[in-house]
Amino acid sequence: MTNVIEVAGVSKAYGGVIANHQVSMVVPAGGITGLIGPNGSGKTTLFNSIVGFHPIDEGSIKFENKEISKMTVQEIARLGMLRTFQQTRIYGKMNCIQNLLVSIPHRNAKFFDMFTPHEKELTDKAEHLLEYVGLYQKRKLPSGDLSFGQQKLLEFAMALMNEPKVLLLDEPTAGINPTLINGLIDRLRRANTDFGITLFVIEHNMRVVMNLADNIYCLAHGEMLAHGKPEDIQSDQRVIDAYLGAH
Amino acid sequence: MTSIEKKYTLGLLAFGILGPILFPDYTFQIAILWIMVLFAQTWDAMGGQMGYNSLGNIFFFGCGMYICAVTQIGLFHDVGEYTSATGSNVTFTDPQYYTGLAIGIVFAGVGSAVIAACLGWTVFGLRGPYFAIGTLGIALAAGELFGAWEWVGGGGGIALPVYPGSGDGKSILFYCLSFAAAMVTFAFYKWLFSTRFGLSVNAIRDDESKADAMGLHTLRHKTVAWACSAFFLGIAGALFGNLTGFIEPLEVAFPTITFGIFMVAMALLGGSGTFWGPVLGAILFHIIKEATWTYFLGWQWITLGLIIIVNVVYFQQGLVGWMQEKWPEKFGIEVDRGTSADGDAKEAVL
Repeated sequence: MTNVIEVAGVSKAYGGVIANHQVSMVVPAGGITGLIGPNGSGKTTLFNSIVGFHPIDEGSIKFENKEISKMTVQEIARLGMLRTFQQTRIYGKMNCIQNLLVSIPHRNAKFFDMFTPHEKELTDKAEHLLEYVGLYQKRKLPSGDLSFGQQKLLEFAMALMNEPKVLLLDEPTAGINPTLINGLIDRLRRANTDFGITLFVIEHNMRVVMNLADNIYCLAHGEMLAHGKPEDIQSDQRVIDAYLGAH
Repeated sequence: MTSIEKKYTLGLLAFGILGPILFPDYTFQIAILWIMVLFAQTWDAMGGQMGYNSLGNIFFFGCGMYICAVTQIGLFHDVGEYTSATGSNVTFTDPQYYTGLAIGIVFAGVGSAVIAACLGWTVFGLRGPYFAIGTLGIALAAGELFGAWEWVGGGGGIALPVYPGSGDGKSILFYCLSFAAAMVTFAFYKWLFSTRFGLSVNAIRDDESKADAMGLHTLRHKTVAWACSAFFLGIAGALFGNLTGFIEPLEVAFPTITFGIFMVAMALLGGSGTFWGPVLGAILFHIIKEATWTYFLGWQWITLGLIIIVNVVYFQQGLVGWMQEKWPEKFGIEVDRGTSADGDAKEAVL
């Protein structure tokens, strides 16, 4: 299996706080990779570094063997690597269909493409995706009026509309009611198998990440602590210590 | 376009054509009304639809005015000599006047759009209140800079070439041009917001970082939106300059605290971010303004101030925004009972 993301020796500090120190990891293409770690261990910082939200202090980040650590957020997104946000971000005053229509891929967008009318196929696709995440009936409501959980589902649908190669999910199940979580896990897995999207997931819910991921990285204090299959990580003494605060 | 919108559009057209015939004394005022509608729409395309509240859009109005004047004069005479003698030393033949005006209007639009596109590269690094103040600074500085630029008449301004016909002929010509400019602007934005562009700038308004993260070409969209506003504002400036016949930098070309603020107030009054809001707001605002100027002279600024305060404090969504909240179904905001994207025949059992 080839690696779609390769992170090598990445460090990032905010002033005196070292959020990531010499982090190295790979995300294999076609799989589901998990990223866990206690609060403040630098998971979201690593995400932000990968998608170009902030410049990194040192190290290299490659996407499909292309160095991307100096590229902007937009350029990286257009390569086919998207992220969702921990604090869900949607376009609140627009309705659900509009949220999806504006999320089409911009990979090969030419200048005059921005003046094309909305095509029927795209609207159909948007409606199908909304049905897929269970928001079809709400499709004409302003998305800002939806509940937090529904907004998460909408954000997920927006990401699918963009047809990414890799999707980075920052705590996809946080704030979602436990009965919906199973449905969401199922949809994430189907996004991986049916749409062929490589997933890279930050998750606090151990049940979810152990179920979902085929390999897991664990960060602690900004450093990569462990890597392995879910069952190995679960029984790794260093991981358990990190979570319980032993040091 | 829905049938209601068609009716309103026809109403606007009918008023535009019949207005000056029925009320010939108000031709000048109705011409200004169309310029106000254009102001509100071009402002709202930025502020309401894209969330970039520019306080300096009046800059392009003044740019257009000066570009048009310099073109009208410069095509046939030396601009510096003309302005130093305040236009008393030369005359324009009829063909010169009309050619100059036509070319001047086109240059005003295109020139302003180019200036906007260039400015966009720097100004669009600013967001929120910083953008508002940054653009305001541009407009204020422009007034002072043009005031110090002797070649274009400095603080004394420029007297534009005199219309070669009668006063009535002039007012009809500029009425038609103003009306046409407003209608073309209206039709252009109607089309523009029916394309992908509309949703893209709405997305920038709602969450620009998210739009970035989704790979949208945000700077490209912002620049185009500003250039479009500037294009129509430049044309409006060219028309207004010729309508008044005399350009002066602070009061006529870059009137930041009157027209510059009016365009914001009108869009907010009607409902920013809605298509019809700015049109409605501009018409209402202009009528109230002219009525208070005529009947409550001395109280006019207080009235306008009061409207702005009530609008901003109690009625932020504006008239059309309020209607949208009151009757959401009429605007297509509703829960749909269908459960499947493959045909709505299967109604959900709720």
